[in-house]
Amino acid sequence: MRKTNLKEGILSRAFLRGVIAITIFLLVWEVGSCFEVWFGYRVPWIGLIPPPTAVFISWGGLIGDLSYWQSWYLSFMRVLTGFFAAMIIGIPFGLFMAVNRTFHGISFPIFEILRPIPPLAWVPASIIFWPTQELSIAFVTFLGAFYTIVINVLGGAKSINKQYLQAAQSMGASQWDIFRRVVLPATLPSIVVGSAVGMGITWEVVVAAEMISGGGGSGGAGGGLGFFIWNSYVGGSYEQIIVGMISIGIAGYFSSEMLRKLGGLLTPWLKTR
Amino acid sequence: MDTINQLDAKPKVELRLQNSSEIVVNNVSKVYGGGPFAKEVIKDCSFTIESNKLTVMIGPSGCGKSTLIQLIAGFETPTSGEITMNGKLITGPGKDRLVLFQESALFPWMTTYENIMYGPKARGEAGQEATERADFLLAKVGLELFRDKYPAQLSGGMQRRAELARAMINKPEIMILDEPFRGLDNMSKELMWEYYASLYEEDRNTNFFITTDIDEAIFLADRLIIMTNLPTQLRHVIEIDIPRPRKIEDIFADQRANDIKREVITLLHEEAMKSFSGGSKAAADFLEAYSKRAE
Repeated sequence: MRKTNLKEGILSRAFLRGVIAITIFLLVWEVGSCFEVWFGYRVPWIGLIPPPTAVFISWGGLIGDLSYWQSWYLSFMRVLTGFFAAMIIGIPFGLFMAVNRTFHGISFPIFEILRPIPPLAWVPASIIFWPTQELSIAFVTFLGAFYTIVINVLGGAKSINKQYLQAAQSMGASQWDIFRRVVLPATLPSIVVGSAVGMGITWEVVVAAEMISGGGGSGGAGGGLGFFIWNSYVGGSYEQIIVGMISIGIAGYFSSEMLRKLGGLLTPWLKTR
Repeated sequence: MDTINQLDAKPKVELRLQNSSEIVVNNVSKVYGGGPFAKEVIKDCSFTIESNKLTVMIGPSGCGKSTLIQLIAGFETPTSGEITMNGKLITGPGKDRLVLFQESALFPWMTTYENIMYGPKARGEAGQEATERADFLLAKVGLELFRDKYPAQLSGGMQRRAELARAMINKPEIMILDEPFRGLDNMSKELMWEYYASLYEEDRNTNFFITTDIDEAIFLADRLIIMTNLPTQLRHVIEIDIPRPRKIEDIFADQRANDIKREVITLLHEEAMKSFSGGSKAAADFLEAYSKRAE
């Protein structure tokens, strides 16, 4: 009982610190954006940034705007499509590379040559090769998460303590049983880490891909958050640029938090350390 | 000691097994690497792990004892010579020879109970008999209250006990233990000796136990095998005829135990000196002269 109270105390203190930090940050931003001269020095570029109050007013106007939420929806769908495709293909691929030497020998060199190519370098090629713009964005997003997930799964599965495998073998376990009940759970923490990092990259990639590709071609509305920012820039609405940026921040945080929660549920033994 | 006696007083699930398995190591050598980097770890090594006895192997650290275990367990194959179990050549790992490793190999993602049930489940034998036996073994090693805890939540000694239970449930014909209590503090170590000895005395299956600790060796062993320095060979065998059940308090007051201890120390000291002086003849001569004078 006392322990949970203590825990809550620490949590609320941390929460309080967060609130204070954000408040101070917004205050400095607000005040700073009002003056071109700071302590006798001219800092003209700061004066160009819209103050947070203007950003929030602009945001308030967008809350009821369906096309703003459409941007959220589109970006989220692209991130999720690319991310889940990367998990569905990447996890088995990494695991199979870890347990099968022949497959590793065949696929690893190709994988390693393709891996350093930044996903954004794939944008022109994928626009040409994929039939729709939507598919090409999803593909580039997929690449962003795929390499990270595979590398983490492969590394995790390769670094399994040899004694776990030997212990299982000497207790009479079959290869399949060892894979299912030893290799897989032993790799799970790496899968979770790889996915979390992959998710972060997915957001970076999707926004850039949307900016470059023009976001689905349906004009100004409905191009995703990346296109929303780009469109605001072209239209000269600086407040909306910031709104778009903060929206991506929130979306990314939300995705990572969901993954952390899910990862925690999948690896309960790590919490006991 | 009291807790063990209490556990003994409980109605027992029948644990007794009539196995009589022995392992013969015949002229075994193991060389790692090749060419100029070849390292001979074991050379022309022969001995027998007699059935229904607790054989303890002791030797200087780094002398290739763990390599021998890899060979006997079947994880690796000897470069020359052969190892047979009940006359049959060992070609790979099997559940008839269970290994308990130096470091805990409990699966961190399974609770104590799930760890113990791993073997039966893996072989599709997780019926009522196995669950009853798991509960019995949990009680036997004093971990009933830690049934649903993860290994990270157990102390070092508890982890070792959980691992003993995980091995025992598979009713191995031969248990192989590679310095299982290394790294435990002295109190837990002595407690573990008693737990382990009482488990052994229950069924008296063939056990092969490797250690570098002389007290541990003498307290546990029916037969003590002393190994040489690298490349490993058999140095000497001592039958330890101190009656069971043995008590820690008594054993080192025992004259016979102390005689054995002195003998083992002398033999091991010579081997340790060889490993200490490495390749240097001068250093070896010096150490030899020095130790003679000390006697």
